[in-house]
Amino acid sequence: MALQSWGNYPNIDAIAYKFDHQQALKNILDPHNNIIARGNGRSYGDSALSAHQLDIRSYNYFLDFDQETGILHCQAGVLLSEILETFIPRGWFVSVTPGTKLITVGGAIASDVHGKNHHVKGSFSDSIIEFTMMLENGEIITCSHVVNPELFQATCGGMGLTGIIIDAKIKLEAINSSMINQVTIKTKNLQDTFKAFEQYKDYTYSVAWIDCMAKGDSLGRCLLMVGEHADDGNLDYINRNKASIPFQFPSFLLNNLTVKSFNSLYYAKVRKSVSEQKVSIDSFFYPLDAIANWNRIYGKNGFTQYQFVLPLDKSYDGLEKILSKIAASGKGSFLAVLKLFGKANSNWLSFPMEGYTLALDFKIEPGLFELLNELDKIVLEYDGRFYLSKDVRVSKQTFEAGYKDIDKFRQLRKRYKMDQKFHSLQSKRVGI
Amino acid sequence: MSYVLIIGAKSDIAKAIAREYAKHGYDLYLAARNVSELEEFANDIKIRFNRNIKCFELDILDYISHKYFYDSLEEKPLGVISAVGYLGDVSETQKTINTNYTGVVNLINIIADDFEQRKSGFIVAISSVAGDRGRKSNYIYGSAKAALTAYLSGLRNRLYDANVHVMTVKPGFVATKMTEGMDLPEKLTAKPEDVAKDIYKAQQNGKNVLYTKWIWKWIMLIIKSIPEFQFKKMNL
Repeated sequence: MALQSWGNYPNIDAIAYKFDHQQALKNILDPHNNIIARGNGRSYGDSALSAHQLDIRSYNYFLDFDQETGILHCQAGVLLSEILETFIPRGWFVSVTPGTKLITVGGAIASDVHGKNHHVKGSFSDSIIEFTMMLENGEIITCSHVVNPELFQATCGGMGLTGIIIDAKIKLEAINSSMINQVTIKTKNLQDTFKAFEQYKDYTYSVAWIDCMAKGDSLGRCLLMVGEHADDGNLDYINRNKASIPFQFPSFLLNNLTVKSFNSLYYAKVRKSVSEQKVSIDSFFYPLDAIANWNRIYGKNGFTQYQFVLPLDKSYDGLEKILSKIAASGKGSFLAVLKLFGKANSNWLSFPMEGYTLALDFKIEPGLFELLNELDKIVLEYDGRFYLSKDVRVSKQTFEAGYKDIDKFRQLRKRYKMDQKFHSLQSKRVGI
Repeated sequence: MSYVLIIGAKSDIAKAIAREYAKHGYDLYLAARNVSELEEFANDIKIRFNRNIKCFELDILDYISHKYFYDSLEEKPLGVISAVGYLGDVSETQKTINTNYTGVVNLINIIADDFEQRKSGFIVAISSVAGDRGRKSNYIYGSAKAALTAYLSGLRNRLYDANVHVMTVKPGFVATKMTEGMDLPEKLTAKPEDVAKDIYKAQQNGKNVLYTKWIWKWIMLIIKSIPEFQFKKMNL
């Protein structure tokens, strides 16, 4: 069957396997040596694409929940949205969530995803008490910060290349409301944006939408959104009805002009320099989940998200250079997000490190990869690195320049014979 | 009284139906063969929805046991949903007919008598679009489902006066264990969760015959309208 990830690029022919108990999983793993786990297919690029795919979505039971401690034990195919639906009304929220709730717990661990509160709560793995994993030989082991710590550090952020994550114990976060008190800060340029991030750094959640088409004096202008859980005792939570993009938009629809007008309007819509809103968890964390298949707006050729992080002391200069280049190219899109990370964790391939991260969507079109190759050079010049869960194109050299533990990861793969079993198109491309 | 009885509860569609009904506040009786395999699933529903779940061993081919099973339920269910289905090959003719038709009918007859007496309840059974016209690829299965469809139609007619609602469900392609490995057209193939949502909604609204996905109603209308002299030459 034809398979692709969220970016609708590339498209490959693959065989997908399902399992609902551990023996079935072992039976699938045994004869295959070119296989990768796939969660809900929300990574953008080729991280979960391989000739043989292990679909973990049908392995999705809650196993236990302790209302006292908030520790949830569940199978790896459970979606974050299922956790929210069940536990927000009981006063619990996931401690770390990315900008979509439509991802599996297994995928969240494999990508070691981060969210708007990275500077306070770290990455997804920081909320993991322990998980179990099936190794290449079918053996099932437990991993935590203290048990098999090496495998833990390699697997969190390890893109499914160390084994099949089976289930996990996750520490949920107590909340007293399903609403978020949000403050929106309108900034004039990149310098202003950096100042605002600094000024509002005590807020638990923060993220900025950046107008990547703005040039000159307005370069780097943002809407910075920060927030805290409200405390009104109202825990009502309903999954909103979804709008849906029913078909691929023609790819000419998103062009320099339409994106530029959208960005200007979106920025101008917020009038006051600082404003306050009370919004739902869904609209604060998951605005795009409200539109199913929003990836179709980019047309049949698909799109990619370019996400990198620069060390704090080099963030300003690097971003200025990169944003100028993107604005000049006219290829930006309206989905561009800037965020200040907290400190890196000790996982070998986890993406976040202290500094600014920028994520931008680009429609796949002629000339795009040439532009991104140029941007790659700037990112490396400023000691930055790339996020594998978004990536579909970086070269081996570009990727490994940012990750000092990459050889440790390769050696571990060899030692456990993981490199003889688990592969994705991406792992082959970047040589891990 | 708050229990819904689901028979054939181990199938993917049945599990999705169980979650859908639990989500809407119903308690569940789950009946299946080797029911211990459902323990983790039942536990999941308890955590998710805070509902009561009871599991029962039931072999749909062990007709004698059906009455004993139903009588043993202390609190009678307010509705029953059969998700029993077996897609065997031609060498399994007896098993295919007995599972899809004889067994289901034998059990539902017992339940229907009770509902009729109580003058309340609903009966939902999953038949199949395969029962709308026999095709060479699965006509044993199809004919058993066709018989089930006719049975349900008659039962609906009989129970109308007793205020008992009977719904026939005809799924088209569904991505389940039963169809794993088949190359199904993506646009026509439903997920078990979608089927479950459709069933819940249609049952609550008192629908008589449900095609899911809805487009199958029109597909089958076309397939049924092909003249036999032409149909017999086709590769379906």
